[in-house]
Amino acid sequence: MRKSLLALAAGLLLAGSVSAVSAADKLKVGFIYLGPIGDLGWTYQHDLARQALVKELGDQIETTYLENVPEGPDAERSIEQLVRAGNKLIFTTSFGYMDPTLKVAKKYPNVHFEHATGYKRNPNMSTYSARWYQGRYIQGLIAAKMSKSGVLGYIGSFPIPEVVSGINATILAAQTIKPDIKVKIIWANTWFDPGKEADAAKALIDQGADVIMQHTDSPAAMQIASERGKLAFGQDSEMIKFGPKTQLTSILDTWGPYYIERVKAELAGTWKSQDSWGGLDSHMFAMAPYTNMPDEVKKLAEDAQTAITAGKLHPFKCPIVGQDGKPVECKGGDHLDDGQILGMNFYVKGIDDKLPGK
Amino acid sequence: MQLVLEKRAERSGTIALVSPLIAIGLTVVTMVILFAILGKNPLLALHAYFIAPLTDGYSLQEIAVKATPLVMIAIGLSLCYLANAWNIGAEGQFLIGAVAGSWIAVKTQGTDAGAWVLPAMLVLAAAAGALYALIPAICKVKFGASEILTSLMLVYVADLFLDYLVRGPWRDPNGFNFPTTAEFDPVATVPLLIEGGRLHLGSIIALLVVAAAAILLGRTIKGFEIRVVGAAPRAARFGGFNANQLIILTFAISGALAGLAGIIEVAGPVGHLQPGISPGYGFTAIIVAFLGRLNPLGILIAGLFLALTFIGGEQAQIAMKIPLDVTKVFQGILLFYVLACDSLILYRFKLSFPNRQVASGTH
Repeated sequence: MRKSLLALAAGLLLAGSVSAVSAADKLKVGFIYLGPIGDLGWTYQHDLARQALVKELGDQIETTYLENVPEGPDAERSIEQLVRAGNKLIFTTSFGYMDPTLKVAKKYPNVHFEHATGYKRNPNMSTYSARWYQGRYIQGLIAAKMSKSGVLGYIGSFPIPEVVSGINATILAAQTIKPDIKVKIIWANTWFDPGKEADAAKALIDQGADVIMQHTDSPAAMQIASERGKLAFGQDSEMIKFGPKTQLTSILDTWGPYYIERVKAELAGTWKSQDSWGGLDSHMFAMAPYTNMPDEVKKLAEDAQTAITAGKLHPFKCPIVGQDGKPVECKGGDHLDDGQILGMNFYVKGIDDKLPGK
Repeated sequence: MQLVLEKRAERSGTIALVSPLIAIGLTVVTMVILFAILGKNPLLALHAYFIAPLTDGYSLQEIAVKATPLVMIAIGLSLCYLANAWNIGAEGQFLIGAVAGSWIAVKTQGTDAGAWVLPAMLVLAAAAGALYALIPAICKVKFGASEILTSLMLVYVADLFLDYLVRGPWRDPNGFNFPTTAEFDPVATVPLLIEGGRLHLGSIIALLVVAAAAILLGRTIKGFEIRVVGAAPRAARFGGFNANQLIILTFAISGALAGLAGIIEVAGPVGHLQPGISPGYGFTAIIVAFLGRLNPLGILIAGLFLALTFIGGEQAQIAMKIPLDVTKVFQGILLFYVLACDSLILYRFKLSFPNRQVASGTH
């Protein structure tokens, strides 16, 4: 009995290694996820893109992911585990993986890495991100049109440039409609915490905000806005089912085309380290359908989207005046340059709040 | 009919030793069933969990790296728990140690400070951890405040303090406003033991800590006092042992070890100070301490075992596409069985029939 069990075990192990061999000629592509995949939010969108990748190139690649990898001391090991499992192209999908990815990249020069939203690169490590501020600008236009109280509520995650530039883009857009528009900002200091996000939404509504926007992941704020009869924008994913009468639009992360492009380059042997910062024109993100608004506002949003996509409208068009009343240096000709947006560390005039850490 | 737990008159020494093994055995059986339900090959899955990580040098290193902070913190906690002092706030002491040590690293950054930097960081971190742990200890001794609550609440204070520092004064000026300090200089970094690997000096320190704790508990009067105060408080009082003094002492040691673990983690595997440096080490170490039966050697084994489940869980995710949640279920089941088996050492089930007549009437 014992012998047959052992034989069975050996057989199973062998079977496992045989299937590993047949998979060996496929390109192995690995993913590191920040959260559990769930059914919406940041990680979910990355996994949707992975699924799109499998659908497109499934006969040539094999994908593996590690979910819920904290952005701490464990990340380096998780990334290295993927390398050791034979993955040749690895997407690390959160900012906090920057240094760990770089460390592993330096150790394995023959493996290629793609790091989302960071700024450190290596000959075998690319970075990619999306110009979400373009979407925020469109949201700002809609919000100013739809707000009756003239007060917008903004749930911030962390006061990092990506989030700060989103707030600025929103308010700059809103000011073109209502010059004296106000925005209340609450820092949740988290990317995902439904309890905190719900509390923030309640506090914002209590302070008079009637359009809620968020840079956090959960649909909690959408649900609160829905309960209180206010309006809101989703984030990362389609959130309309949490507020059928509430969601105006949502910035959707659509990484699929980028992932497919990069894997194709890897397969063709043309992969090179680069920095991709794509906007609406390169489909790095998309806007959910414009809902719960009059046709006139919808048209305004669509026109802005078309203009931004065509490069005719820049959200950070000069002159831009900082909170201190002084004009911001215009390094990009008639708009701020990418460096200024990527490192944005100031509020524009009209935001009656103080940027944390300033 | 009632099922009650009745205390056993005597407990078997053999069973006390075998009980963790029974628990692991039961866990394995449960996991086999679970894997089968998930449609995964149980043998391959168990192989990925338990055997594969032990078969190559890389994974062994990673197990040691993962176990290092857990073991160091758990050793300190075990001293507290043996002395009946309930330090739940090791996570906070870990963070404060990391902050205090990082202070030197941040202040000497870019200067030509020499080899004294790292030792100074370690000493300061241990001191800060100890001082931070003394707050709940003194509140307990002087005012009778529950150390469970105060030490736990101080975790959040430490967490927010660290958060403030890396978002404000210590933020990397070239870091695009992201909440992290700059990478520490080489003199402020824990040296690696193997070139190109991740095993670092901290693992050696952890082993020394285990040895020191074994000597303290097994060969010194202080160690004897700690055990007696916890096991037989009245006897200890008659023996003239000062329980309050021991609360202070064990909290200080435990805080120092947690603080040391904190700076080793930051100056070692992480390389800079940032929020989220601990994935809950201070709390997981509580599990390690009890899994190791508050015994230094046991804690070392328990720490390595828990680390193995982390690494193995990750490899199972990669090799077998087993979801991470299963690893967590696995750890939960393990703890459940350990506690269940422990209870059965001390207690036994007994059926009692308080209202026999009524009961028989209804049947």
